[in-house]
Amino acid sequence: MSESILVVGGGFSGLTAAVEAAEMGYNVFIIEKESYMGGRVAQLNKYFPKLCPPSCGLEINYKRIKTSPKITFYNLAEVESVSGGPGDFNVKVKVNPRYTTPQCNNCAPGAEAVTTETPNEFNFGMNMRKPLYMPNMMAFPNQCVLDPAAVSSGDGQRIKDTMPEGHVDLDQKAEIIDLNVGAIIMATGWNPYDATKMDNLCFGKYENIVTNMMVERMASPSGPTEGKIVRPSDKEEPKTVGFVQCAGSRDENHLKYCSYICCMATLKQACYLREQSEDVEIYIFYIDIRSPGLKYERFYKNVKEDKKVHFIKGKVAEVKEGSSPGSVVLIAEDTIGGGKIEQEVDLAVLATGMQPTGATTQIPGIEYNSDGFVVSKEGIIPCGCAKRPIDVVSSAQSATAAALKAVQTLVRRAG
Amino acid sequence: MSKKVGVYIYTGDGIAEALDIDKLVEVATGLGIEIVRTHPDLYSPEGAAMVKQDIDNEGIDGVVLAGISPRYEFKIFNFPGVMVEKTSLREMVTWSHPVSADDENAEAKKEHVQELAEDYIRMAVIKAQKSNPVEPFKTEEINQRLLIIGGGVTGLTAALEAAEAGHESILVERQPELGGWGAKIRKQVPVGPDYSELIDPIVKGLIDRVNASDKITVKTNTEVARVSNAPGNFRISFKNAGAKSEWDAPFPLTEEEKLDESGNELSAEDQKKKYDEKNEGRRGYMEEDPNAEICGAVILASGWKPYVPEEGEFPHLAWGNPNVITNCQFEEIAKNGKIVRPSDGKEIKSVAFIQSPGGSKDDADFPYASVVTSLVALKQAKYLRQDQPEDGKAYVLYEHMRTSGQYEYFYQGLQNDPGIFLTKGDVTEVKDNGSGGLTVNVDNTLIGGDISLDVDLAVLATGMVPTTKDDAVVNMAYRQGPAFRDLDLFGGYCDSNFICFPYETRRTGIYAAGAVHRAMTMEEAMEDAAGATLKALQCLKAIDEGHSVHPRTWDFDYPDFYFQRCTQCKRCTEECPFGALDDDEKGTPKLNPSRCRRCGTCMGACPERIINFKDYSIDIVGSMIKAIEVPDDDEDKLRLLIFACENDAYPALDMAARKGLSWSPLGRIIPVRCLGSVNVAWIKDAMSSGIDGALLLGCKFGDDYQCHFVKGSELSERRMQNVAESLASLGIEAERVKLAQVAIDEYDQIPKIINGFMDEIVELGPNPFKGF
Repeated sequence: MSESILVVGGGFSGLTAAVEAAEMGYNVFIIEKESYMGGRVAQLNKYFPKLCPPSCGLEINYKRIKTSPKITFYNLAEVESVSGGPGDFNVKVKVNPRYTTPQCNNCAPGAEAVTTETPNEFNFGMNMRKPLYMPNMMAFPNQCVLDPAAVSSGDGQRIKDTMPEGHVDLDQKAEIIDLNVGAIIMATGWNPYDATKMDNLCFGKYENIVTNMMVERMASPSGPTEGKIVRPSDKEEPKTVGFVQCAGSRDENHLKYCSYICCMATLKQACYLREQSEDVEIYIFYIDIRSPGLKYERFYKNVKEDKKVHFIKGKVAEVKEGSSPGSVVLIAEDTIGGGKIEQEVDLAVLATGMQPTGATTQIPGIEYNSDGFVVSKEGIIPCGCAKRPIDVVSSAQSATAAALKAVQTLVRRAG
Repeated sequence: MSKKVGVYIYTGDGIAEALDIDKLVEVATGLGIEIVRTHPDLYSPEGAAMVKQDIDNEGIDGVVLAGISPRYEFKIFNFPGVMVEKTSLREMVTWSHPVSADDENAEAKKEHVQELAEDYIRMAVIKAQKSNPVEPFKTEEINQRLLIIGGGVTGLTAALEAAEAGHESILVERQPELGGWGAKIRKQVPVGPDYSELIDPIVKGLIDRVNASDKITVKTNTEVARVSNAPGNFRISFKNAGAKSEWDAPFPLTEEEKLDESGNELSAEDQKKKYDEKNEGRRGYMEEDPNAEICGAVILASGWKPYVPEEGEFPHLAWGNPNVITNCQFEEIAKNGKIVRPSDGKEIKSVAFIQSPGGSKDDADFPYASVVTSLVALKQAKYLRQDQPEDGKAYVLYEHMRTSGQYEYFYQGLQNDPGIFLTKGDVTEVKDNGSGGLTVNVDNTLIGGDISLDVDLAVLATGMVPTTKDDAVVNMAYRQGPAFRDLDLFGGYCDSNFICFPYETRRTGIYAAGAVHRAMTMEEAMEDAAGATLKALQCLKAIDEGHSVHPRTWDFDYPDFYFQRCTQCKRCTEECPFGALDDDEKGTPKLNPSRCRRCGTCMGACPERIINFKDYSIDIVGSMIKAIEVPDDDEDKLRLLIFACENDAYPALDMAARKGLSWSPLGRIIPVRCLGSVNVAWIKDAMSSGIDGALLLGCKFGDDYQCHFVKGSELSERRMQNVAESLASLGIEAERVKLAQVAIDEYDQIPKIINGFMDEIVELGPNPFKGF
């Protein structure tokens, strides 16, 4: 019998589930595979429809964690296996080394000591980072990370020597931790669907085709372009932008379901672009605009009123090179007028959908459905996008509900 | 009040190189501090051990850590009974104000930076000295039972969820039977994967479980007349549905009602008279119903009512024709048996399900439509096919099919039915076809341009109107009135304005769930019910432990009122965003600590400065301001006071510093809980100390407000305008006080905001009161 709750995933849903459960008086463990908390929302510039920054809510949740005596969290950690049953799960967790100590929160001396650079995964490789780095501006925990590759090269030692004594520890090893918990909340979230899988959309073939998540990083003041949405080829602000909706979603060859957020995300990104430039023309190719409910419908209505945003009902079937340098042509079937529509744009954005992490990585002892979403069982409670594709508000509701289900499991067992 | 404070100065990260540490030590010593130590790696276990040693050996009970930002994790500095005050020399001083030896005026710049650091030490020391240990508010008896308003799927689920967590509840329903809309349907969309087939209504199973539970008391035919008192101990007066009761919650006068015909504010006496007339037959909100039932927290699950078009609304859709009905009306017919035509009772063969008004307007859906209306149309198309498998024809005419997420599977499941025609299109006209049916004209369809359909019936996909749109429902007997505030921002939904925190209402202990919260499917409503139940139970836990509920869940303090000096101006009661304050029988504010969220808006509002917290008070902040050294006669050393919201503006400052951005070293930053807590007395303190300007950095306000205490920055803006006016009457320029809105991620704007204001102050010249 355990009185503890395990939350797998430290993204928005996991953090929510963890703080909500901890504030009910239970001990909570959070296991997060990245070196920082916040998951996908940490990469977002703004939330729709309010256009407010995700870091504002994260800051509150981080403070709730910092001040809670009930929460223990592990970053760079992965659940290796789950056994046992409700009230008494045994969980094996592998915690990978960060190679730094908690007081190491200023990378500058170490970063300056070496010249090696690697693509910054937080920004989808759109800029470079040093081997000793802070994962992002709002990183929590606010502790530097040393790339494992640097440990085996001479960089690690050079960095260690430059940093204050005791801040870098090259001898850290991966640890296996055994946790005994009463309930498990699965908040393992999602990955953007791999855009290279859609040959017809030519991501990776033409430089000026990006994904919606890349746009989020570009639009962010802390992103690789410091808030400017630019064409990768020449770093110029685009004059015409095409959005390709359902890039991989609602598609029997890719994700059969609708990814829920991409229509609203595109409307939001249209706002970023229109704020950036007075004369940018935006073309949105869609099957249906899914902006259901009062708040989202209002948001859609506002965007529609902008005459520079053009909505074209038609799924993009093909992409080819444009006539001017770097531009691409989106080719869609015109479902209403018949025939084909071709639109040349400076920058094309693929509104790629969300794929649950369970579609690519599964934890032994957890059941998944054919799409990779976690199947709910007594004591194993999925929430957020590990359960179904949803937006942030719904994830908060889902995660709060999951916290209750976990508490109930413990109450029943104590019973 | 810390009797013995130790000061610990961090010298790593270049601080020792940028600042004269000996002078900083002298400043602390000069304040009478005996234990002043420096450490190059203060935030390491060794640094913490050094502090611990002083606590054990030297008896210090207050610690000032001067070094890194207070936003880092400091668990190794948690010492029971010891006040730890953190001030940032790194982010707020050295990183944001780098001086290189080659800089022009490097020496002068260094002097500015040194003075900045010295002031932060002074401010932190006085804060540590003046802060008092917090004592949680203890509520004697906390009732663990929930009141759940609404006996539909959401309310039933909430009651069951609470029971599963070991809590009792009272489930109250207006109608004679439980079940709500969920009991009025033939079939429903599944509430989890897979989504292929319709299922029987789940509500019956929920009702059976509720009736079987010994933890749930059901009251049908019943409404809540009033909810009075406070979370943990709400007193609930029930009444028969639709009846009047002397315990009906009274309504305060609206702003318009407080004015006379010529727009002047009525006298207190006249307002009282008007109030009494308005609430005739109702007991005062502070009166206690002896027959009230006690509940700890409330879940509002009162659901929705169908949107019914008005007469003449949608003329092109022939609204008013008996064969043009809403989806709810269609459901009622379908529930009763085979689907028949309202005009003549004939079994129908063809239906047009119209999802959007169409016409010449645009592609918007009907009012209050959502994912649900799309799913309902698809479900109802299936009913027709079940009734008429041979030749039934269902036309679903939509602008956008809104089967978001996994509901797409349900949509896909229908696409192979040869009797269901799904098309985008603009419905331009519905009219009587002369043979008992209707003609529906649709433009721009996917199945051949403009088409004309002959159908037996047209069904409009009108949406779900939240019950809170025109009705308080909860009926709180609060000074601020019985309903949630500002619901018109959310179309009448009892929604939160916070994407991250959907359960945050402006009434502590009362949580909305289901269709009153947002249009949602039953699957979502059941999840929402569980979420709201958790928040309700968590609120009881917080009251028991004596800390605040969201967002300041770590805060064990609560405001303390020195009533002897209260002038009953009512500002605190009116401005509290959470309605935490009522008036007692003498008209003095009565705090309900368990409603309070510790934002300090009352402290900011009070002209008598009698509202304070143990570790955050008029005196503490005032003393910090007075601790700032203001040179009397140096025009190069003007001083700027900056209040920064600790959740948003302060992190933005931190990030600006981390990013290497710089701003004027003449500013002195004080983090505040919320700009709503900034009392104008502090502005006056600053001005009388000779400080040249005061800048407030707070959250965005307006319809999309980002303030987690709802109105903090907006209220502050108004107060600052007022104080600026009164300063102007003393000869201090109103321009010396300014509020700027800055979001947490707008750190790149920080230098522009601060330096821009500094330039304005330089333009004005020194504070005329300087040196007095």
